[in-house]
Parts: sequence; C-alpha cells; structure tokens
Amino acid sequence: MRSTQTIDLISTMPKTTQGPTFKEEFARSKQNNVMLSRVAGSLYWMSRYLERAENVARLLDVNLQLLLDFGELDDQSLKEHWGPILQAIGDEELFFQLYETADSESVTDFITFCPTNPNSLVCCLSNARENARQVRDQISGEMWTVLNDAYHFINNHDIRKVWDGDVGAFYDQIKQFSHLFQGITVSTFARNEGFEFIQFGKYMERADKTSRLLDVKYHILLPKVTDVGGAVDAAQWQAVLRSTSALEGYRRFYVADILAWKVAEFLIFQESFPRSIYFCVDQLRQFVQLISEDRAGESQSAGVRKFGKFASSLKFLTTDDVFKQGLHQFVTEVQEQLAEVASYMFETYMYSPPVDMVAEIRFHQQQEQQQQSPVQCVEVVN
Amino acid sequence: MLLDNYQTEDFFDEMFEADGKVRPHYEAVAEVFNDVSIDEFRNKQTAVDASFMRHGVTFTVYSDDQGTEKIFPFDCAPRVISAEEWDTIEAGLIQRITALNLFLHDLYHDQKILKDRTIPASYIFGAKHFRRECAGMDVAKGIYVHICGTDLIRDREGRYLVLEDNLRCPSGASYMLENRAALKRAFPDLFQSVKPLPVGAYSQDLLAALQYAAPDSYGGDDHPTVVLLTPGVFNSAYFEHAFLARQMGIPIVEGRDLVVRDSKVYMRTTAGLVRVDVIYRRIDDDFLDPSKFREDSLLGVPGLFNAARAGNVTLANAVGTGVADDKAVYCFVPKIIKYYLDQDPILPNVETYMASEDDHRSHILANLDKLVVKAANEAGGYGMLMGPWASKAEIEMFRKNIEADPRNFIAQDPISLSRHPTWVGEGFEGRHIDLRPYILYGEKVTVTPGGLTRVALRKGSLVVNSSQGGGSKDTWVLRHPNSKPAQQG
Repeated sequence: MRSTQTIDLISTMPKTTQGPTFKEEFARSKQNNVMLSRVAGSLYWMSRYLERAENVARLLDVNLQLLLDFGELDDQSLKEHWGPILQAIGDEELFFQLYETADSESVTDFITFCPTNPNSLVCCLSNARENARQVRDQISGEMWTVLNDAYHFINNHDIRKVWDGDVGAFYDQIKQFSHLFQGITVSTFARNEGFEFIQFGKYMERADKTSRLLDVKYHILLPKVTDVGGAVDAAQWQAVLRSTSALEGYRRFYVADILAWKVAEFLIFQESFPRSIYFCVDQLRQFVQLISEDRAGESQSAGVRKFGKFASSLKFLTTDDVFKQGLHQFVTEVQEQLAEVASYMFETYMYSPPVDMVAEIRFHQQQEQQQQSPVQCVEVVN
Repeated sequence: MLLDNYQTEDFFDEMFEADGKVRPHYEAVAEVFNDVSIDEFRNKQTAVDASFMRHGVTFTVYSDDQGTEKIFPFDCAPRVISAEEWDTIEAGLIQRITALNLFLHDLYHDQKILKDRTIPASYIFGAKHFRRECAGMDVAKGIYVHICGTDLIRDREGRYLVLEDNLRCPSGASYMLENRAALKRAFPDLFQSVKPLPVGAYSQDLLAALQYAAPDSYGGDDHPTVVLLTPGVFNSAYFEHAFLARQMGIPIVEGRDLVVRDSKVYMRTTAGLVRVDVIYRRIDDDFLDPSKFREDSLLGVPGLFNAARAGNVTLANAVGTGVADDKAVYCFVPKIIKYYLDQDPILPNVETYMASEDDHRSHILANLDKLVVKAANEAGGYGMLMGPWASKAEIEMFRKNIEADPRNFIAQDPISLSRHPTWVGEGFEGRHIDLRPYILYGEKVTVTPGGLTRVALRKGSLVVNSSQGGGSKDTWVLRHPNSKPAQQG
C-alpha cells in the first residue's frame, strides 16, 4: 500500500467554482483495512433492522399469548392492551391511519405483514437484507444466506397460511433467524471496524426497544409514582419481562415474586443481563470508543466524551433516583442520549455527503481546460 | 436409462455421434448418468435451483413495484471439451486477444493499420465506440483488454468459430464459478470419475492481472489498491460484481464513493480519503465520467477519465476498447491477426457480409429471409434479425434500416449451433449451445479452462442470451492423459 499525504481538499478548488465540499481528510493510517462510509452505514442498518425484527416478533408473540389468559375482552380492553404495544414500536399514528380499531387481528397484521409500515416484520427483514446486499462483498456467505432465507421466508406466497398454522412457531422462526445471524457473525466475521458497526447497530436498537417498552408499560400501568410497588397484575409484568427475554434471568436473580419496581430495576440496571439499558449503553460506549480510536483525534471529541459521561453516570444511579426523577423523565433522557450518539456516529463515520454532480462536472471540465491543450486526434486522409 | 430415447436429429451433437454412439470424451459422463433415474435427476435439479435461490445467485425482474427474483436457469448436464480441442481453443484465444490489444494500441497511437489501408479508416471513425479522447494516451503496460469474454460456436461439422469478441465489460464469469460449485454438490461422483480441470483460480488470476495493471507511476509495494466499480444494487449483474469483489477481497464501490482531486482518485472511507490505483470498472464508457462523456450519468465519477489519462489510475478494461468488438470491425480480425502477428487465425470467424460493401449489400438485401442480420453496435442479442424465422414486417423494417445506414449492419449465414443434451423436465432433449471462455491479460495471457456454456432453453431457439430465455451449463475441460494429478478447485 502507498502512503498518503494530507491535502486540503477545499483549496484545490478554483475560487470561481462553487465546488462541492468534503468534510473528509486524507487517511493517515489504516491502509490495509479501509471501509467505505457507505458500507459502515449499511452494516449498521442491516444489524439494526434484524434486531428490530427480533424484538418486534417477541413483543407480538408474548402479547398474543397474554391475551389467552384474559378470556373474553371488550373492544375498550383490547384497545388498552394493544395501545402501549403500538406506542412501544412507535407507530401509533400510522396505525390509526390504516386501521379503524386496535384488536389482535389488526395489530398483528400491521406489525407482521403491513408493507406500508416501515417497522413491520416484512419491512424489517427486507431492509436488513437489502442493506446486506449493498455490502455483499463485506459480510460472510453464511451471514448473507441467513438474511436471504429470512427474506424469502416472509415473502413466501403462502406465508399467511404458515402464520395461521402455528403463530408461535412463526414468531419463533423470526427470532431464530436473528439468533442464528448473531451467532454466525460472531463465528465468521473478522473483529474489524465492520464488526464494531454491526454491534453498535444491534445494541442501539436493543437499548431503544427496552427503554421504550419500560416507558409505555409504566405509563399505562402506573400513572402515579405512589403506586410503585403496589399490587398490579403479575401476568402483565411477566409479559414485560418475557418481551425482553428477561423472565428467566429475573427469576434467577431475585428468586422472588414479580414486582413492578424490581422489573424496572432489572431492565434498567442489571449489568449482567444483555438486554438491560445499562448493559446496552455500556456496550455502545465501548464500540463508540473502538470506532473512534481508528481515526486519530476522534476519541477525544465532544460527542464521544458526552456519551461516555452519560454511560458512567448510569453506574452510580439507583432505582430510587430514577423513581424520584420520574421513570418517564429518565427514559426520555436515555432516549435523547441514544439519539444524540447515533446521529454523531452517523455524521462522523457513516454518512458521505452526496456529491454535487453539476458542480463536480463543471470543476473538472474547467480544470482540464486550464491544464491541457485540446486533445489531438490523428485522422488519416482517405 | 436417462439418455435412452435421446435424439440427435440432424445436428452436430456434443455428446453423441451421428450414429448415436457416445463420443469418447463423454463416456465417463454417460456412464454416471445412466445410473441415475429420472426422478433422481429431477430431485437434484430442483435442489440446485433452490440452492441458487438461497445463496442469492439471482437477478431481479422489475415487472411490478416489488420486483421478482429469478435465478439464471442452470442445467445439470455438463458440457465436456476434450484436452486436444481445448489446446486449439486456448491457442486461438491467446492469439486473438494479443492481436486485438496491439490493434487498439495502434488505433490510439500511430494508426499504421489505417495508413497502410489494411482497414479502411471509415470503419474505425464510424464506429460508435471509437474514442477520440484516447488518442495519444498510454495505458499501463500497454494493456487495453484486461478481461475478455469471447463467444464461440460450433458449426454443423463441429468446427469452433468465433461469433463475437466482448472487449468492454464481459459478464458471466461468476456463473462459471457458481455453476461449478453447484454441480460439485449435486454430482460428486461425476467429479470422481471425470476430474475436469479446475476453474477456481479465476478470481486469483483476475486479481493478479488487475494488480499487474497498476499505473507505471505507482510507487508502493506489491499491493496497489484495487476496487470494483459497480453501477449499484439495481444493476442486473450486481450479483456478479459483489461475487467477484468478495472472491478477490477488494472493495466494491459505486460512483458516489469515489472522488477525483488533482487528477488522482480517492475513495471515501470511515478513515478519510484513500487513494485508488486500479479500478475494475463494470460501467460502460458512456457512463464512466460525466465531465467527459454523458453528462446525465449519475453512476460515474467526474474527472475519472482525466485521472486515467494522467496515468494516475488504471481502468480495466481501458476506455475505448469497444471499437475492436464492433461487428463491422469483427470482419477484419483475421486481417488484424495477420497484420500484427504475421500468423493465420487459429480460430476462424463466421462468414460475414458487410452491408457497407456494395456487392455484399445486394446479396444481403436479396436474401434477407435466409440470413442473420446484426446491428454493428449492439450486444446481448438485441438489434438482430433471424431471417428464416422472421415475419415479413420485421424483414421489411430491417431492409429500410440497412438501406438508410449500411455501415451499421452485417449479415451471416445462419449457423446451426451445436446441440447438447439438456434437461427439459421429463428427460433430455437437444438444445443449442455456445461457449464463452474468459481470457485475462496480465503478466501473461491466461484462459481459464472452461468458461460459460450458454444454452437456448426454448426448443429450436438459437438465442442463448440470458435476457432472452437462455440458461447455462458447467463447462469441463478434460486433462491430457498423462497430466499432473487433480488439483483442488
């Protein structure tokens, strides 16, 4: 590999030309393992969409099962049941543009099959696979095959029949694609920058979903702070835990009844549980650090430091602090910090500003005219 | 059993002699196939199709909003070429690409062949893909055509003829490799008994050829930065682009990932701008650089041609190679070989009439219903009249077009392409095939033993192009009886 020098991109432009601006500097190191910004973005979104599919599938599966415990429900109760789910996925408004009532059938359809819902399973799996296709040269063949299988699975003509046949098995299959993909990634993908972006996408999505779920459930089930710790329907809290795959972990850890405040404690602070907010944020912090170390000077940048401070602050927070502040306020802050670091990483590493083609074309044409005499073409006389 | 009722009819059949006897180099294949029942074969064919789908060896047809994914049909019966036949093919292809490369260098420099009037200059200057911008421009190591895919056919006597040269961005090499992998999984026994030469070295040879092509100004070590430039995921050949990039371990880039400054090319990475030395481009000349060629191209990189001209980056293949695979220039290739190498062509052309020559034109116009007419600048089976099968209206349309622009048309006697046993769902029938071997021009010229055998799946059809109902087969080149033991691949 050649060594590169640093050139000021902007000063190479003639003053008269309004040329496109590039924020990039010339690479100083890392010649052997370069990654296009576009590729980093695709790996991130591939991973995020698949993680989203897994979370959404689990949430839906758990809540369909939960309904079976309730017996007959009127329309209002059904709406109360499904409302928070829609909020947790963040698409309540779109849902009511498309459907009249929120019942099991409509919510299931919206979240599983609806092609106009960008967060439906169909769309998540298609987007994950489309992003993988963009970086087909970067991921292992086995990773690609899983995403391709998932895509063909849900786009099969008979998929509604498969769903009808065994709803649980259907959602299990979706979760399995995600688990398989993660396992294959760990065993076949080099621990390079690409891996860091994949993990960053996964934990970003997970932190987002766990915090949202916690927020809407408390919002609905515990409108007043004084109710915390009061008697609530254990089945509901059990469902919250199961929606984050945390029920078994919770039981082993507390060996106790399922209590609302303990559920919150577990899902926020449990540092050994891989879907808790603390765990996800800490992973994100590490991957932000690793990615930014690859680029000289970036590891000390404001964006990296701010998120690092936030991640450390979680370590010294207690459940009491959270409830005093208000869980909703706490989750809002988590969400804001996540959004901020996501956009920082996106703008710094994944986004390449589109080339202004018109300006570029003019720039190069002018440059050529200044440099060269007209091209000579030898023509023979017939 | 499988081949019991197979009919060669009145064609040259690759596997059977006219009397129905299996040709010697197909005996091992026939033996294995005769142990397979129709059901077994059908199952294997189905499994192979499913595997292509699963691994995403597909292209997308955008007939509705969503697009439908299809696999390129693959036929499990391999096409076999004997070692002696292959020697001739290989020598003929090396001779041809060597001559065409010298021809391109001459055209863009001294134009001796035109000054000598070996080829009338009007044919060159009238060719759509002749690039005046390349005049006087030197390319690294003097190589214009790094990758070539030449289409060969066999006539009624079994002679190999060159149908056309593809010197721009020939595609299909990934199918050569995927077909081999698929057939190995489906019929491991066949490989045990036949041991064809491996094709797996193609990707390494391609990378070596691309690295060898680094600009003369490149001052680094043995690893210049090579990238593959694709039009993007919506291109029908995107699978191949990603496949080859992956096999070589090089980045696949789109136009928007590259930027030219100070006549040097850089890619935009997470670590900043990184210099690029060699670009295996899978974008046609017209769309490569909107500051030079088509301004409306959103796929290209402004300033790229100038960077190549300045000798700071190598484009593979070079800009302007299309002039040498123009169908009118094709007629002169035997003369080109003689002119630069002082040799007779090893692989002959198909007999061709040029509409721009008065006596040829009157022959063409009088026999439109018997000839195959081709537009000189088109590829992929488009712009073609198959006289014997064409309607009156089509013939009259071509008559008008030829009279209006004779330079743009050539005509050939229809060649009855050779046939090969091909699976048709319930057994085997003969289908017409051609052969596209891949030639790489690096430190030396190499021809991968095998290539892509394309098959016209529709009964009676002579059009093998994938865009028009064609499929493909694995292609086996046999070893010389006393050659080295089998290698992996």
